[in-house]
Amino acid sequence: MIDTLLSIYQSWPEWFQFLSFTVVKILAIVVPISLGVAYLTLAERKVIGFVQVRIGPNRVGPRGLLQPIADAVKLMFKEIIIPTGANRYLFLLAPVLTLGPALVAWAVVPFTDSMVLSNIDASLLFILAITSLGVYGVIIAGWASNSKYAFLGALRSSAQIVSYEIAMGFALVCVLMAAGSLNLVEIVEAQQGSVLHWFWIPLLPMFVVYFLSGLAETNRAPFDVAEGESEIVAGFHVEYSGMAFSIFFLAEYANMMLISLLTALMFLGGWLSPFEWILSDELLNGSGVVSLLLGDGIHWLLLKTCFFLFLFLWFRATFPRYRYDQIMRLGWKVFIPITIVWILVLGGLILAGVPPWFDAA
Amino acid sequence: MSLEQIIFYVFAAILVFSASMVITVRNPVHAALNLVLAFFASAALWLMLEAEFLAITLVLVYVGAVMVLFLFVVMMLDVNIAAIREGFIRYLPIGIVTALLIIAVMAMVVGGDYFQLDQMPAPTPHGADYSNTKELGMLLYTVYVYPFEIASVVLVVAIIAAIALTLRRRPGTKYQNIDAQVAARSVDRVRVVKMKSEERK
Repeated sequence: MIDTLLSIYQSWPEWFQFLSFTVVKILAIVVPISLGVAYLTLAERKVIGFVQVRIGPNRVGPRGLLQPIADAVKLMFKEIIIPTGANRYLFLLAPVLTLGPALVAWAVVPFTDSMVLSNIDASLLFILAITSLGVYGVIIAGWASNSKYAFLGALRSSAQIVSYEIAMGFALVCVLMAAGSLNLVEIVEAQQGSVLHWFWIPLLPMFVVYFLSGLAETNRAPFDVAEGESEIVAGFHVEYSGMAFSIFFLAEYANMMLISLLTALMFLGGWLSPFEWILSDELLNGSGVVSLLLGDGIHWLLLKTCFFLFLFLWFRATFPRYRYDQIMRLGWKVFIPITIVWILVLGGLILAGVPPWFDAA
Repeated sequence: MSLEQIIFYVFAAILVFSASMVITVRNPVHAALNLVLAFFASAALWLMLEAEFLAITLVLVYVGAVMVLFLFVVMMLDVNIAAIREGFIRYLPIGIVTALLIIAVMAMVVGGDYFQLDQMPAPTPHGADYSNTKELGMLLYTVYVYPFEIASVVLVVAIIAAIALTLRRRPGTKYQNIDAQVAARSVDRVRVVKMKSEERK
């Protein structure tokens, strides 16, 4: 069976082999993301339910596990309403422009040192550039809806995204200074050693700034004034319904997962095992099941990502919404000065070659 | 035709198309969005020249930041297109002269003796380990460090000047004193009075 399939594969021309193999790899990334998004919504409702001493969804399927499927089916069968006076093409283009960058960024994200779709040299810069495109979907959605609420929501949201991108960019500058590379694989490899070697210690303020900026970038609570339902109904996507709305939803959750994964990669050692240096070398790098579990691997990356995703949900259940001027103040007057000061401090640390992070070079 | 050539012509066609749409489309928002597309296509062309740092920076700075602000302004202004078109015939001669001048200058630079194939041969493709970013950084911070510093100083001056020119404080505007808000303590504002419950009359 496998032999015949392999021989069919080898009979294809070389460019077609490459093309089909790449498409399979893309599917292997996109399908888990879509499933992850679906079950992240369930996790969100469950976690917030437990925080508020409720049970959360438990009717559809065993323990409510089929709830996301039911939601997806419901959204698919809803009518897509295009408001009168809306700009038809841009109205339908906007959700695509939001989802596109949210998925494209995953092309350069490494899952282990060899498991990466495209290991390009400037992957950090690429991610920064691609995620900065997501704001167009928001602006166009707000403008094309021909609705004042949507327009106000779009202005709020895009101003917030543009402001926090600066702090985020400076935090990334610190990461690439510490790692000496723009390549995400090399950034993780620069953190090898032990839990104490990971960048969360020398870059602790940047770690916090990056994660909170990510929270603001994805318009999540407590920075979700973009959709502040008490003031402007639902922000830029008020006029959307059915699949068009759910694509915005998909993009928001895919972005949450991307931010969590990047935080894990850049500050918590990515796929590196936290037992390095604590446990013996043969236990970590042996061939048994134990070393498969305790050694480096994608499961550590996923665990760390899940931790940050849980933080997203926990914050939403805990904190009240920020006021808009306070969000702007936090971004421009608190985060950006902190990042600039830390670039200078980090420069000093690297020049002095402070162990255990910067003594190698 | 090789694959590279096909990709080049596709992106070049998109670039020319969107650039001409920028100046012909009536709706200013559509024009701005076409400009975004033009930036994107030219970034793709730069990528093909192995200038990946410049290409990504073009997307990051122009598409991700500058054009967003452009769109903000264009969307919020209610631009009256008829008023803009009013002086079309009157300004046409000046426009034509300017356009001809620009074409002449570009023809001198691009078509002349400077950028022909023997002066500018196609760059030899580098290996996968070649880092355009590193090369650029090396040049920028060693050979061209003074021009680089001067350029950044000029930019800072421009930022400060722009803010100083547009910042105006109207008298009588109410501001929030954030420091006072943050420093507020409950004991200064709330007085807890302890008293015995009184009997109902």
